[in-house]
Parts: sequence; structure tokens; C-alpha cells
Amino acid sequence: MLLIPCPWCGPRDESEFRYGGEAHIGAPANPGSLSDADWADYLFMRNNPKGWFRERWMHAQGCRRWFNAVRHTVSNEIAAVYRMGEPPPPAPGPGREGET
Amino acid sequence: MRRYSILSLARNALSHHQGWPRLWRSPEPRRAYEIVIVGGGGHGLATAYYLAKEHGIVDVAVLEKGWLGGGNTGRNTTIIRSNYLWDESAAIYEHALRLWEGLSADLNFNVMLSQRGVLNLAHTLHDLREGARRVHANRLNGIDAEWLTPAEVKAFCPIVNVARDARYPVLGATLQRRGGVARHDAVAWGYARAADARGVDIVQNCEVTGIEVSGGRVTGVRTTRGAIGARKVAIAAAGHTSVLAAMAGIRLPIQSHPLQALVSEPVKPVLDCVVMSNAVHVYVSQSDKGELVMGAGIDAYNSYGQRGSFHVIERQMAACLELFPIFGRMRMMRSWAGIVDVCPDASPIVSKTPIGGLYINGGWGTGGFKSTPGSGWVFAHTIARDEPHPLNAPFSLDRFATGALIDEHGAAAVAH
Repeated sequence: MLLIPCPWCGPRDESEFRYGGEAHIGAPANPGSLSDADWADYLFMRNNPKGWFRERWMHAQGCRRWFNAVRHTVSNEIAAVYRMGEPPPPAPGPGREGET
Repeated sequence: MRRYSILSLARNALSHHQGWPRLWRSPEPRRAYEIVIVGGGGHGLATAYYLAKEHGIVDVAVLEKGWLGGGNTGRNTTIIRSNYLWDESAAIYEHALRLWEGLSADLNFNVMLSQRGVLNLAHTLHDLREGARRVHANRLNGIDAEWLTPAEVKAFCPIVNVARDARYPVLGATLQRRGGVARHDAVAWGYARAADARGVDIVQNCEVTGIEVSGGRVTGVRTTRGAIGARKVAIAAAGHTSVLAAMAGIRLPIQSHPLQALVSEPVKPVLDCVVMSNAVHVYVSQSDKGELVMGAGIDAYNSYGQRGSFHVIERQMAACLELFPIFGRMRMMRSWAGIVDVCPDASPIVSKTPIGGLYINGGWGTGGFKSTPGSGWVFAHTIARDEPHPLNAPFSLDRFATGALIDEHGAAAVAH
């Protein structure tokens, strides 16, 4: 089970959280002018990296607030958490030894 | 390929079974092939086999980064069924099931298909309605499906707890009698042996690290064993579909998640069918060795780690014990995870791509094993003809732009 550091409540078990998928997907500024392919990109296409990933979590059984995390999708190491609206921290270096 | 038969068995018994040949060669990869298939799991090997058998194309290499069937082919719970709700899904999974039914004879390799029947339990009013609707939809598509009352469930599978005051009351179940299980390793080995016999090169310990594209067409791959040219490249890499596609600059609507499974200590025969429960996310069968084979739902987060969180299987085991009180003192021996590639509509992508000569077969999510023969069959057609077969045309990548999704979330008899 992941130990997730909620930016408001501190480290808590993963079972208290709800996952929100990839972070920083902004709603289109001019939805009326979007092509079908642009809509597909916004609605369905997602980054799915093997490595560091910026993602959303919600502390469902705690403060019930959303936040972002930078987690490595192989080692599960969480490099940073930051509140909604805060700029994302720079991407960390490669994962721990032996993990890409 | 030396064919297996009762005579060859007897002949080899005389030499204490020391004379059996290897199932496939392990050739050094050549500099170039007509078609390179990335991924030596069931889907990739089946694709190679049907390219050779159905289309006469044998200038083919299957590149596997580890060993054959070491990914999701060897990590799933081996359940086979075709009782999907929507017409498109029913057609492709039923095509797969019909291939399963002749597969051991076709490959001359016993894949140990056991059509012992698959139950999908209903615990709520919604489950009842969904199950009844799915039974009718299946029958309209010519797929065997029955609705069982709680008493009939008890008769079919006596160890299920159908008490009215149970935590998860069994209000009924759908039954597909032609569903069942197969030996997952044998599927990979059988396809590999049969493809190899027709001239396909199977190369293990050869990881693809890049895809070469020139002028909008694929020209080959870079691997840990050198560059290999190819006129066509076909990706069948399950959980790593996004990683491979990204090498060619293609974004996909796929997210990779761990899917956990576990087995118990072996016991005497106690469960002679497959029981699945959508609502509480348990699916269980008993292997020929006597182990109970159980699967959970996916872990919520994206991962390539091939392990999941304990609370997922803890909840699944709790639900399992409510349904099967007789398992109360069983010990679980092993648990593991495979990385499944999940699409937004819980349906696969078997498709051409915007890059000429590059094809993708992925997004099967939690249900890839049952589709193995059908997936390979339609993918081989797609690669050989450079156009999808009518069975997989609805599963093209462009459905996410056209909006013609095939929404099997919750409709596919198991939550994804």
C-alpha cells in the first residue's frame, strides 16, 4: 500500500485516497472551435510514462481535498506533492538505481 | 516440427523421454524482416502463427524482451468466455472462443481448454437487470447464455453461499457453459512451436528500444541486440503499449495499471466451474493442480511495477470468504500483478496507426487472455492486408475521435 503525504494532513495510507489520473489537463479555451481530433486528445489521450508521472489524488477519507503528486510509476516513490494551482516542481532525475 | 501423437509418446517412452526436440529454435535475429512483431506473449505469438498459416507470410520475427509468456500471458487467471454485451465485443470474443475450441488440434499442442462453465453472480437489483439483459443480448448474437435462479446456482456450484441474509446475497447468475479455463503457458508454447515450425523467428531476450520511422513509414526497430529492419512493425506488448507507441510519437488513450491475482495451496477438487462476481470483484477457479486461482480488480493508480497494494486483495479475499465460507481456512501461497493497459471504454485497440506499416494491438485491459486466438487472427489479417478485418474494424484507434466507443465498462460481465 502506498504511503501518500497529503499536503494538508501528512502521510496517510493509500486506502484513504481516491485516484484522479494525470494532472494538468486544462479544459480547452475555445471548445467551439475544436476539431474531433482535438476533442479526442483532450478527452481520451493521456500520457502513460514508465517513470515520473504528475497525477491527482483526493484525500477522500480525510480532508477531502484534491492535490497533485509526482510519483514514479515503477518504484512508486513520491518525489513531491503540491496543492492545486501551485506550479509543478521540475521533474526529478531518473528513478532509483536499477529502476527506469 | 515433430508431431505429437500417441505413437510419438510411446516411442519416446522407450528412450525415457530423453529424445524430445526443443519446441522452437532460438535463432540470432537477422538484419531485416518483412514483419517484426514486438512482444512474445500469447497475442504476439498467435499473430505470428496466423500470419504464417492464414496469409502465407513467414518472413516474420517475434521479439520478446524477456522470455515467452513471461508477461501477462503467464500472469492472468486463464478465464475464457465470450458473454460480452455489445455486438462488436461479442463478435470478436466469440470468434476467439471458436478458435479456442479447435486450438489444441490446430496447434498439435494440448492447451488444456476446459469448458467447465462460467458463472457471473448477481447480488443487487441492478446486477439482476444487467445480467438478464446480457443473457438476451448474448442469445441474439448466437452465444450460449443462461440465467440461473439462486437454487440453480446452488445446484451448479454447491459451495457458493446463497443464504438470503448473506453479506452479498446471490440473487441469480448468468452462465456460459462453453466458458472455462485453459493452460496459459501452453498457449504461448503451443503458438511458438507452431509458428516456429512454419519458419517464424522467435527471438527472446531482445528488447525493442526504439522504432525507426522515415517519411511517415516505419523502417525498423532498434533493439538490445542491434537494429532490425522491417517493412511492417506490429506492437503486441500489453501493459507497455503506450511506451512502445511513444517511441513512434503516437499518443494513446491507454493507462497502465497493476492487476493482482493469487493462488492458494493445492487442495482436492472442490470447485468445478469458474465463478465471477462483478459487484465484489472476485473471480475464482480451481487449477488442475488443485490451487484456487483468484483475481482482483485493478489497482487505481498508473504503474508498471508488476505489484499492487495489499488492501486490494484484502478486500477481495473478504468478499470471497463471504461467497465461499468453505475457503475460510485456506492459505494463499503466492500473489503477483501484471500490468494491464486499460482503454477509456474498456475495449481493445487492434488497429492501423497514422504511421504507415505500424500496427497496434493493445488496450485489452483485464480481459486479454480469453481473446488470444481471436486477437492474433484479426491482427494478422490487419497486418497482412493493411486493413482491418470486419471483426476488428470497430476497434480502430479512430473511434476516440469519431465517438463510436464500445463501452464495455460494467457491461463486460466484470468491472474493469
